[in-house]
Amino acid sequence: MSTIAAPNAGTHPVRAWSGVPVLLGVLVLAFLLHIAVGAKQLSLGTVIEALFSFDQTVFDHVIVRNLRLPRAVLAVIVGASLSLAGALMQGVTRNPLADPALLGLTSGAAFAVVIATSVLGLTSMIFIPWIAMLGALGAALVVYIIARLVPGGATPLSLTLSGAAISAFLSAVISVIHLLDQDTFENLRVWLTGGLAGRDITLLLYVGPPIALALIGGVLLAPRVTVLAMGDEVAQGLGVKTGALKVQLLAVVVVLTACSVALAGPLGFIGLVIPHVVRLYVGSDYRWIVPYAALAGAVYLLGVDTIARIAIPPREISTGIITAMIGAPLFVQLVRRRTR
Amino acid sequence: MSGSATTQRMLRLEGIGLSVGYGGTNVLDNVDLAIPTGEITILIGPNGCGKSTLLKTMARILTPSKGSVLLDGKDIHRLDTKSVAAKLGLLPQGPIAPEGLTVRELVAQGRFPHQTLLRQWTRADEDAVNGAMDIAGITDFADRSVDTLSGGQRQRCWVAMVLAQETDLILLDEPTTFLDLKVQVDLMDLLAGLAHQRGRTLVIVLHELSLAAAYADYLVMMKEGHIVASGTPDDIFTAERLKQVFGLDAKVLRDPDSGRMVCVPSGTRMRSATPVTAR
Repeated sequence: MSTIAAPNAGTHPVRAWSGVPVLLGVLVLAFLLHIAVGAKQLSLGTVIEALFSFDQTVFDHVIVRNLRLPRAVLAVIVGASLSLAGALMQGVTRNPLADPALLGLTSGAAFAVVIATSVLGLTSMIFIPWIAMLGALGAALVVYIIARLVPGGATPLSLTLSGAAISAFLSAVISVIHLLDQDTFENLRVWLTGGLAGRDITLLLYVGPPIALALIGGVLLAPRVTVLAMGDEVAQGLGVKTGALKVQLLAVVVVLTACSVALAGPLGFIGLVIPHVVRLYVGSDYRWIVPYAALAGAVYLLGVDTIARIAIPPREISTGIITAMIGAPLFVQLVRRRTR
Repeated sequence: MSGSATTQRMLRLEGIGLSVGYGGTNVLDNVDLAIPTGEITILIGPNGCGKSTLLKTMARILTPSKGSVLLDGKDIHRLDTKSVAAKLGLLPQGPIAPEGLTVRELVAQGRFPHQTLLRQWTRADEDAVNGAMDIAGITDFADRSVDTLSGGQRQRCWVAMVLAQETDLILLDEPTTFLDLKVQVDLMDLLAGLAHQRGRTLVIVLHELSLAAAYADYLVMMKEGHIVASGTPDDIFTAERLKQVFGLDAKVLRDPDSGRMVCVPSGTRMRSATPVTAR
């Protein structure tokens, strides 16, 4: 992660954007590496050949195109989405601990999908992203309302606590459904640990457009998030319509989280850790944090998933387990640096 | 625009018949306030008198249930909020900068109303930020994080942010609260310079009475949602008014050197001292 080369970006746009090409380079490298390693090691040359001059008679090319490329694309999209969503949430709630998973959105989306597939028997995947969005939005609203009812209002602390409570509750309900209905649940078991293995890439046809819109929207709204992070009254004084902005940001975060959950299951820690790492390099202006977080999130998930695939061959560890195993100590280290 | 602001009296900001209520009770009741251009207007009054509410309503943050605020003759609550922000700046009470934000980054946020999706950061923005930091005297620590600074330095950063907005009208809600007296005076000097040397129009809510009397060109005293008195400190800053508005027993003295007025409160259990005249 030390490769993000934007020393405290400040306000100068040329200097601030200078890290983007570097990070893009790292992203491309991580992408190719992710495809190259695995049960059958491929050379980077073979990977590039398979991508740009595909020959379906070459077996290695078929592996790249049909098995590994979709998974790498998924890692990029999900990593960027969760990281960007986390960065936006941290700005809006003025809460360094905000993240789609901690504030209940991830488990809300997962819960809705579990209910829809196992209880209501819904199988058509066209609806999965929309159900996940409803679940994420519902959980976000419930968390917010609970936090508002706490004496003192929706402070970072009350939001985090109510998010943790709702997450725990929804996870418990998911476990209950699991116990009652083991057969249908078998299909969801791997999905619920979060992972990129064996995902149906055709789902991208449905979630791709909303994710693309939300990513662009997030980057465009980012300058306003810094203004909003200085408090509602300061932001209003500077001419920001704070109410409308918060609704737009909520929509972006819900779409990104829900589509990520639909694609890869509930993955934690990416939205929490990556924006903090990015902050070390680009400072506290969301104008820069948000785009850098998206790129760094994609790199991070590619890296994590590469480890998940090769750590204990020939078996594979669920990506969600590795994100937590790497993310947790990384986060502890970040907290230590900040308090020192 | 230098020196005597009396030569130029065009009214920029005016509240007419303002009533503002939170849940049934009126915090402001039919208040009229015309802000003299190029001068310092200071609002004082006891806690809960509605002075902050009046300031926020004049800054279009709160919407009045009755009456209207006119900015250059137009209803401020119907104007596009971003175009208002290019004319009128607001520094709310006790703002908190996001952790780790540098001074320069904070001040740069003041340029928000001048930026659009296509026009992001220009030479003019850069100049405005540097100029604002220069006036506020914070250029030396431009690259330090705001949360590492002292209270007085921090407040100067926020003033610089509002200055970078390059508005003729600047509204400040208790900018000196929690600062040392020396730092309060420095800050008020900075603000007075803005009005008297740079022709800005300032409206400030203050707690400190002697400071208000010393710096106000136009002093407004409020009580229970009404304006009780307004005018120059010479005319209205009297012991009777302080008793009437604050319920405070105090003497108003004139500093023999400067001729400015000072409020000396008299508590019932204050330490007894020998009067100067008996010496």
